[in-house]
Amino acid sequence: MSARATIGNSASAGVFSEEQEELRRTVRTFLERTSPEAAVRRLMETDEGYDPAVWKQMGEQLGLQGIHVPEEYGGAGFGFVELCLVLEEMGATLLPAPFFASAVLAAETLLLSDDEDAKKELLPGIASGQTIATLAYANDTGRPDGAVEATSTPSGYTLTGTRHFVLDGALADLILVVACADAGPSVFAVEKGAAGLSAVPLSTMDLTRKQADLSFDGTPARLIGAEGAADGVLDRVLWMACVALVNESVGGARAVLAQATRYATERLQFGRPIGSFQAIKHRCADMLVAVEGSRSAAYHAAAMAQADDPSLPVVASMAKSYVGEAYFSVAAENIQVHGGIGFTWEHPAHLYFKRAKASQLLFGDPLHHRSVLAERFGL
Amino acid sequence: MSPEELTAAIDTLIRDHPPTTTDPHDFLGARFDAGLAWVWVDRSDGGSKAAPALQALVEQRLTAAGAPHPGAYNPIGIGMCGPTLLAHGTPEQRAKYLRPLFTGEEVWSQLFSEPSAGSDVAGLATRARRDGDEWILDGQKVWTSYAHLARRGLILARTDPDLPKHQGITAFVVDLHAPGVEVRPLRQMTGAAEFNEVFFDGVRVPDSDRVGDPGAGWRVGTTTLMNERVSLGGALAVRAEPGSDILDGYRVAASKGEGNPVRRDEAVRLWIEANVNHLTAIRAAAGGNRGKPGPEGSVLKLTTAEYNRRAAEFQVDLLGAAGALVPGYEVRQPTLPYGSSGIPATTTWFLRTRANTIEGGTSEILRNILGERVLGLPGDVRVDKGVAWKDVPR
Ligand SMILES: Cc1cc2nc3c(=O)[nH]c(=O)nc-3n(C[C@H](O)[C@H](O)[C@H](O)COP(=O)(O)OP(=O)(O)OC[C@H]3O[C@@H](n4cnc5c(N)ncnc54)[C@H](O)[C@@H]3O)c2cc1C
Repeated sequence: MSARATIGNSASAGVFSEEQEELRRTVRTFLERTSPEAAVRRLMETDEGYDPAVWKQMGEQLGLQGIHVPEEYGGAGFGFVELCLVLEEMGATLLPAPFFASAVLAAETLLLSDDEDAKKELLPGIASGQTIATLAYANDTGRPDGAVEATSTPSGYTLTGTRHFVLDGALADLILVVACADAGPSVFAVEKGAAGLSAVPLSTMDLTRKQADLSFDGTPARLIGAEGAADGVLDRVLWMACVALVNESVGGARAVLAQATRYATERLQFGRPIGSFQAIKHRCADMLVAVEGSRSAAYHAAAMAQADDPSLPVVASMAKSYVGEAYFSVAAENIQVHGGIGFTWEHPAHLYFKRAKASQLLFGDPLHHRSVLAERFGL
Repeated sequence: MSPEELTAAIDTLIRDHPPTTTDPHDFLGARFDAGLAWVWVDRSDGGSKAAPALQALVEQRLTAAGAPHPGAYNPIGIGMCGPTLLAHGTPEQRAKYLRPLFTGEEVWSQLFSEPSAGSDVAGLATRARRDGDEWILDGQKVWTSYAHLARRGLILARTDPDLPKHQGITAFVVDLHAPGVEVRPLRQMTGAAEFNEVFFDGVRVPDSDRVGDPGAGWRVGTTTLMNERVSLGGALAVRAEPGSDILDGYRVAASKGEGNPVRRDEAVRLWIEANVNHLTAIRAAAGGNRGKPGPEGSVLKLTTAEYNRRAAEFQVDLLGAAGALVPGYEVRQPTLPYGSSGIPATTTWFLRTRANTIEGGTSEILRNILGERVLGLPGDVRVDKGVAWKDVPR
């Protein structure tokens, strides 16, 4: 493909309909009520890292876990854009929940698999929130590669090997594992408590999103779709995951800009608000520029993912690189604007800073995505 | 007017006045008469009372048909002076000035900056004194783009030095061919003389050419400056294939053995930025801001100016030793339309981009605007607040 990805048409301009704005307001109000900073802090110190009662409400009252799952599989049947919009609000509050793992990674993997039975059987539980699911695809460098072997036996498949950095891996009821079978990489489903499955929770920088290493030792697994079909599915799931994550990041970036702006207006030094000093004002202006650019990139990528546009890999890498750097820089600047208090455990600035860095490293860092683009452009 | 009606009107215009064979000024006149100049305004002002967001449809369709772009024939007029007249001009002024402005028959200039009033436009000293039905202008403007080609200008002048600086200013349309006006080319660091000094010595302006009330000039000027930012930012950002020039530049260099991973990464980074700016421009336009631009235009002006500078530097670096060569520094007074004097060579462009972060408001001033007007941060400490202009140190 050439560099001529057709980027930008008015359909993708990031102008939301009244219905979409209404959805945003509903989610925002819900999160403000159920996920204030105090709740985030309480939950991030727990092993599970989420509040089952809130999770249940999200699934049963708002139907968020199934927002992008078609109605025939028990979901709400909205588009990918709506899923991204929900994620943006979750990113703004740092909602600690296995939402990304379950509603994005696992649900999208099943949706893209060519396996009607598995979809009918597994998606309704994910959509209602009853099942917490995740996707295990990474090796010890975080790349989608090798590491787990699938063996076909007369009574089904067994998996052996280790998957790393699995989001909410220690918690999940259902794990979709990418493993190598005779015909090549394939997707398998493993249930919590399966024989030979062990989870090692990881001590992560971002306390609001848990990760685990999962080891399989002759673990019984169910093949999803055809043997050897994982490559295409995983590729696409990871592009969608990048897009979903950058939209979540836009929420976080928005939130830290608001924090910095508020503090710059309230904090007095030398007899005037610090925001009246250009050293601070101009930092805030640059933060605004980064947030606006992030919006442009993320909203456009969401629209292209929804439209199944051929430019998806290009716009996803572009957004992952741009927004990854932008969110990290605004989260870092927020600490600087806050001075000493910004470096304390009690202040929320570090929670966003850590989320920003961790998100930047997930699914490929900005430099990785630029090199992917360079290859694609034949540079 | 609905999108369908508008599309039909565009198609009729193209059919009756084939864009590639019709004289550009005639084509633009026909476009104005068809209500396709500024779609959201009244018919008499060159519009169709359509939704502002539909302007993009008109531009796209006409560009695709190879129609002349009005901005190329009158950049300051189309980008800044026209929108200001639409917002603040009297019906007589709009009837008299808008059509020739749109067709490029009368080129316009923006006469705001002065030797001691650049970023601080409101500090300007050019005087206008009332004399019956006329005003008499005395003073000097500077950095005035295209004044050597312009027939008219939008000028800000001080009409009451006893008031604080923002309150004593009045805006006028000035005839640059009137007695007492002198335009002197000013050479830029590129060698070219795009801008000028303009001197006013007892220049008479009829009161009917006053734009807005006496003393309301700052409000008029703000409209112009906001439009300038949208116009500069937008023009820089909306390109057919944003960033493709960067990738092409890198490919050529790489084919000569000048590629390396660091440059390759910078090429992609610039490509990404060009596209992000492009998407922001689309988002701003889709927001329906035309005609009443908000401070959002400042985001685009800031990012595209900074981008342009880095992109040009990247391109010059790719040339290696040859990047140090220039086509020459002979004094050139540019002509209109744009582009008629040939595509600027890379080094000339590299030199020219140093103006992008100064013209139309410096990057520092734009950050102030973003901080104060968009984010609502407290203003700078102002020592001239409430002080009569004549008592402000300068
Ligand atoms: C190519 C070009 C074309 C132009 N065309 C026109 C035209 O057609 N019509 C017209 O009226 N003008 C025109 N200008 C003038 C332009 O608008 C001014 O140059 C610009 O606003 C800056 O003013 P100044 O040059 O007086 O710089 P100054 O205001 O003296 O600024 C010098 C430095 O101080 C900084 N500074 C100033 N005030 C502040 C502040 N409050 N906070 C922080 N930093 C500050 C500036 O950012 C800059 O870095 C043109 C300029 C250029 C370069």
